[in-house]
Amino acid sequence: MNDIVQQFKWVGTRPIRPDGVPKVTGRALYGADLTMPGMLIGAILRSPHAHARIRSIDTSKAAALPGVKAVVTSADFPERKFEYVGPERVAVNFWHMTRNVMAREKVLYEGHALAAVAAISKAVADEALALIEVDYEVLPHVIDVEAAMKPDAPLLFPDMITRGVDPAPTKPSNISKRIEYKLGDLEAGFAAADEIVEMEFKTAAVHQAYIEPHGCVARFDADGQGEVWSSSQGHFVVRALTAQLLGMKIGDLRVYPAEIGGGFGGKTVVYVEPVATMLARKSGCPVKIVMSREDVFRASGPTSGSAMRVKIGVKKDGKIVAADGEFKYQAGAFPGSPVMNGCMCAFSPYDIPNARTVGYDVVCNRPKAAAYRAPGSPISAFAVESVLDVLAQKLGMDPLQMRLKNAARAGTQMLYGPKLSHNGYAETIEAILNHPGYKTPLKKNQGRGVASGYWFNGGGESSATVHVNEDGTVVVATGSPDIGGTRASMAIMAAETLGIDYDKVRPIVADTASVGYTHVTGGSRVTFATGIAVVEATKKVINDLCARAAMTWKVDVEGVIWENGHARPASSNVGDFEPLSLKEIAAKRALTGGPIGAEAGVNPGGVAPGFATQFCDVEVDPETGKVTVLRYVAAQDVGRAIHPSYVEGQIQGGVAQGIGWALNEEYIYSAKGRLDNPGFLDYRIPVASDLPMIEAVLVEVPNPGHPYGAKGVGEVNICPPMAAIANAIDRAVGRRLTELPMSPPKVLAAIDSGTETKAR
Amino acid sequence: MTKHHVSATINGEPAEFLCEAQQTLLDVLRDGLNLTGSKEGCSSGDCGACSVIVDGRVVCSCLMLAVEAEGHAIETIEGLARGTKLHPLQQKFLEHAALQCGFCTPGLLVAAKALLDRNPNPSETETRYWLAGNLCRCTGYDKVIRAVLDAAAELRGA
Repeated sequence: MNDIVQQFKWVGTRPIRPDGVPKVTGRALYGADLTMPGMLIGAILRSPHAHARIRSIDTSKAAALPGVKAVVTSADFPERKFEYVGPERVAVNFWHMTRNVMAREKVLYEGHALAAVAAISKAVADEALALIEVDYEVLPHVIDVEAAMKPDAPLLFPDMITRGVDPAPTKPSNISKRIEYKLGDLEAGFAAADEIVEMEFKTAAVHQAYIEPHGCVARFDADGQGEVWSSSQGHFVVRALTAQLLGMKIGDLRVYPAEIGGGFGGKTVVYVEPVATMLARKSGCPVKIVMSREDVFRASGPTSGSAMRVKIGVKKDGKIVAADGEFKYQAGAFPGSPVMNGCMCAFSPYDIPNARTVGYDVVCNRPKAAAYRAPGSPISAFAVESVLDVLAQKLGMDPLQMRLKNAARAGTQMLYGPKLSHNGYAETIEAILNHPGYKTPLKKNQGRGVASGYWFNGGGESSATVHVNEDGTVVVATGSPDIGGTRASMAIMAAETLGIDYDKVRPIVADTASVGYTHVTGGSRVTFATGIAVVEATKKVINDLCARAAMTWKVDVEGVIWENGHARPASSNVGDFEPLSLKEIAAKRALTGGPIGAEAGVNPGGVAPGFATQFCDVEVDPETGKVTVLRYVAAQDVGRAIHPSYVEGQIQGGVAQGIGWALNEEYIYSAKGRLDNPGFLDYRIPVASDLPMIEAVLVEVPNPGHPYGAKGVGEVNICPPMAAIANAIDRAVGRRLTELPMSPPKVLAAIDSGTETKAR
Repeated sequence: MTKHHVSATINGEPAEFLCEAQQTLLDVLRDGLNLTGSKEGCSSGDCGACSVIVDGRVVCSCLMLAVEAEGHAIETIEGLARGTKLHPLQQKFLEHAALQCGFCTPGLLVAAKALLDRNPNPSETETRYWLAGNLCRCTGYDKVIRAVLDAAAELRGA
């Protein structure tokens, strides 16, 4: 797929998104916006305890309340087999998932769902929840990851034996898995180092904090057919998971994509859809469930908090000779933190001959972690990129020059196995080095910090259909929910490939019965993988259009080429025919074979990873410890920007989330293991007045694995900000912060400690 | 439960509805009047996705009881465009790509309209503080602020 065209009419332009008008007029329908005749409202009973055995649940009073049409508990859901399925990095275990959706033997975190009702109104449903009697045996709980790893910690699962340790431990623990990656000779590497820095870090659990709570409507008919409308990052995955948890055949469930009000990874899993579907099945009525904001914080996936130790050794000239990291990530109540990603990404921007990462996946009494933008990578990047800054200061080197000296390039052996397939990292460093702002002088209490990041980016299965209408307009249907402008990029690629105008292409997101399987909008994969499906389907349509022109001209199909939206004779030898436009061919489709359309399903290789390098200027208020971000510049290798505005938007959004992660956001638990800040007042994400303009620098090193050179752009931008800001704070006030968030009390305490924090 | 009869003006048109005492204006807009453009993100007045204008002031409709709407003029996102003619703020949001998921967009547009109604020439800082009650998790606000300032310039005829 090396047919990269150099001159583009649409790729790289900034047309208005096709779904824009409904979204600025309030007409777009999100998860909570659909209403059906006879619809009931569902509500979910949640545990007030962090850890308790469920002795019994009595729902009889709730079921008897007038207006209540169905009550469900875990007893309604079939037991699932205990096995990890799918690739290890994203493996799921339905034995765990069914228990997360509806608790069985125990509740494992405050907010854990354990019963649900459907009633004629929200008020009746809430009244019914209050009538459900649960007999709990409250158990000791554990919140902190290191406390959960101790031998005497309360166990969430009495039979959990750590995977990945040989020989297997004989005693159960909360450590679900240990993983290790090794390259070269670590001891020899450190022995050869001139400077070694080793530091410990902690990060807090943070939530994706999409503004739209999870919401869906489900119906289930007497013929066993179910339908779900939900806001998710992937309606095919909602279908698969819901069918699995209800014991349904996939073909008996149809899922429609509502518009999605943000996901960032957190809407790649199911919480309410299986419950609403089960309530619909029991009641015979459509059921809507919308989570409250409190429930979103308490019971949907944040990303892991962590405890980490990173040690890096360098030569005097700045060359890294050895790197070692230990990463302990909270999985929440069920196994599956992104610690494997953290271990894989940690040192990946760099060419390091001797390296090791060790990771621990640790369960504790918190909601189960869900994916969050480059899951796992920002956490380990905070530690690694902080240590590199300390080393650069010790060596008196510019931190970007140090990164450039060690930058991984195409062919570099990576710690986790493969060789790096593409360039792009060094180019992002150079973009920041050459940025005029990087050299501007700063004032007292101000500092400049830099950091980089790595993310795999994703490929995966995608489908698209392309249909030519009788007037020459085109409909492009894909299975990828549009969270950030991907309808626009699909239309751009189809228009570019067909050689027609952007506004002649209508892109839609089709339901699970109307287009082929398409994996989630996640992993920065849509413009890459679904984009390839769109281009492939479009090429099939072009072949068909050429065949119809050949039929019209009574020539061989090999004699027809497609150019600028027209079928033309390939040469004068073919004959002297006026080119036929798409519109002209479409108008005569009935005479040339009927409807014109094609589908493509792909699972493409050729994924190129994402690299980001960023700098920020901060000012620290020595009186309050408040950190103000004065300037933020973020460079990212985007391959080729299909719609640059939405690429910039991804970068700006990722940086803003990273700033929140760095300075404010954290899950705060009481001594009883209850979340103290399950709302936007106390879990404070950045607001407009907290941030400066965020300058996105698009570095374009085209990906030969994509017809227009695209690389995933959505995620890697969130990897650098935490370290960039910590590094800037250190350079502003001489204090090295190693715990997130770097909120005013922590910064003030560091300043007031009177001594500059030294690395060990 | 006794229902209360409420008469108000919604998007310039007289409107009447029945509501229960505990229902919020947002509940009635979304569930009673089918004006689902106002979004529910938190129900606690923290996210601004439900912003409406009541007699010229921005209000989180999740914090106002529906009965309190009696006799007042309410503007929602559905009233911002004139037929199929977009308000300059809506047009500039599209041109600047100031939305990604679009869920916070109705609230941001309503709040921004209230700003420009009272201050046709806001500074970037004034705009940022005015919109500080409208959370957006996708954009980092950069393009949102640019769109509002650009719309302000257009409305001033600058």
